Amino acid sequence: MAAPLSSHAAIPRDPALRGRIVAIVLALAVLWPTLVVTEFKPWILLDEQSLAATGRFLADFLVPAHSAEFLHMLLRETWNTVAIATAGLTLALLGAIPATLVINEQLSISALGTGRMRPVARMVRQTARWLLVLLRSVPELVWALLFVRIVGLGPTAGVLAIALTYCGMLGKVYAEILESSDAHASDTLLANGSGRLSALLYGVLPEAASELMSYTVYRWECAIRGSVVMGFVGAGGLGQRMDESLKALNGAEVASMLLVFVALVALADQFSKILRRRLG
Amino acid sequence: MPTYQLQNLTVRHFGVRSSSALQAIDLTVEQGEQLALIGPSGAGKTTLLATLSLSHRPAEGSFLAFGTDPWSLGEAERHRLRAQLFLAPQTPPLPPRQRVVTAVLAARLPQWSVWRALASLFKPADPEAAWQALSRFNLGDKLYSRVDRLSGGERQRCGLARLLLSPAKALLVDEPLSALDPALSELTLVTLREEARARNATLICSLHQVDLALNHFPRIVALRDGRIAFDLPREQVTPQMIAALYQGEQPAASKPRHDDAMAVKLGVGACL
Repeated sequence: MAAPLSSHAAIPRDPALRGRIVAIVLALAVLWPTLVVTEFKPWILLDEQSLAATGRFLADFLVPAHSAEFLHMLLRETWNTVAIATAGLTLALLGAIPATLVINEQLSISALGTGRMRPVARMVRQTARWLLVLLRSVPELVWALLFVRIVGLGPTAGVLAIALTYCGMLGKVYAEILESSDAHASDTLLANGSGRLSALLYGVLPEAASELMSYTVYRWECAIRGSVVMGFVGAGGLGQRMDESLKALNGAEVASMLLVFVALVALADQFSKILRRRLG
Repeated sequence: MPTYQLQNLTVRHFGVRSSSALQAIDLTVEQGEQLALIGPSGAGKTTLLATLSLSHRPAEGSFLAFGTDPWSLGEAERHRLRAQLFLAPQTPPLPPRQRVVTAVLAARLPQWSVWRALASLFKPADPEAAWQALSRFNLGDKLYSRVDRLSGGERQRCGLARLLLSPAKALLVDEPLSALDPALSELTLVTLREEARARNATLICSLHQVDLALNHFPRIVALRDGRIAFDLPREQVTPQMIAALYQGEQPAASKPRHDDAMAVKLGVGACL
């Protein structure tokens, strides 16, 4: 038994191990103050008084509102919300796709053969990156408030707010998905003289398509939720109605609306699953 | 006009200052010539092919392709020149989820506009040509299959079928036989040479199989440690020269050296 043990000792220690332990300790050390600052005390939830309040509110939820008039309104506002999310996302794509093509570093022709990009190309990429950072660092709620001031109450403000924020997010994540896919195919196409866009279409897209698609559908789902939050500040859709129902403490109506959200998110989930199966 | 004129060429790997991948390379290749590159692993065959396809810029020396120095041209012009030099890398550059017909037609991308390329993704622009190219490698029945349904050898031939569709004037092929059995190797080399001869294209092919290189190619260029060991017509290549070329080649299971270059490559940090 002694022989295999000694041969084990001859293998050098894993050089990555120490770094990994340090990273875990560091992460804990950073996380602890954040819990303190946010006054994270989950046991308050189990307080007797809180439990009673929760119970009363939830009891109201048991029978969702279902009068014909309410359902009609619900259907109209749901359609409104879906329209806001879809229109906003489509506008966002109009900006995000060109931005992705600009900032993608894998498809640099000037870097081909030298490993270095032209200074001008680098500057254009960096500028586009900063623009995307600007767009997505302002929360959609703030954009919505701004646009409600400019274009007035209603869905237009919501559409514009989603378009701007999501343009920033989609552009960044699309570029990262494309850059992290295998570059061998597109590199070879570029080396054989094809253009940037053609190399993207024939080299990168087949691999990245299903991931791009599922991220887009997920963002559509987020846009639905976002449009609800923005409804609270008057940007139209289901959120505006929910704000009214919440203020009237009408638990039954809130319950019906939440059910609609669950249905919409489930729908998006199913859609994404089907798409991934088709593209995978 | 020669396809390539290389004089005293030095090529370095990106990012590493000290090591040079190729040194003192003198090579003139006439249009329509067919030559085989041989030499042990790591001798610089792939780097030489990358340099010839303008995907690696040489550090020193003079490099002419079709009589012009591509690295003194503007970027757009140099990129147009790349369409004349077709590189088929050792690993077939085919996205697994792509259809074979699309992968083969990708050879036409330099000549196509983006709209044409987009339309061809929807409905292949010239499936007839792709089918003919595939048929020459016994792959005609795979026209509409997905790349990830092909075996390793089929993928390699699919990559070469793309070469047949490219109108390039120089064909640079890196190890086209690494996944093929002897019969297919024979067929592949014959097809490549026929194609090159038919359109008077220069064919430069790196090979591990010395006997096949000697059987098929009139000119043999041998690389060792980044230098040209010999560059001769095949009649003048002796078994002694081949033995000397591969001498000291050890099987891969040698003990790893513990020098600085190794330390840099160790997986430290976030890699899994």
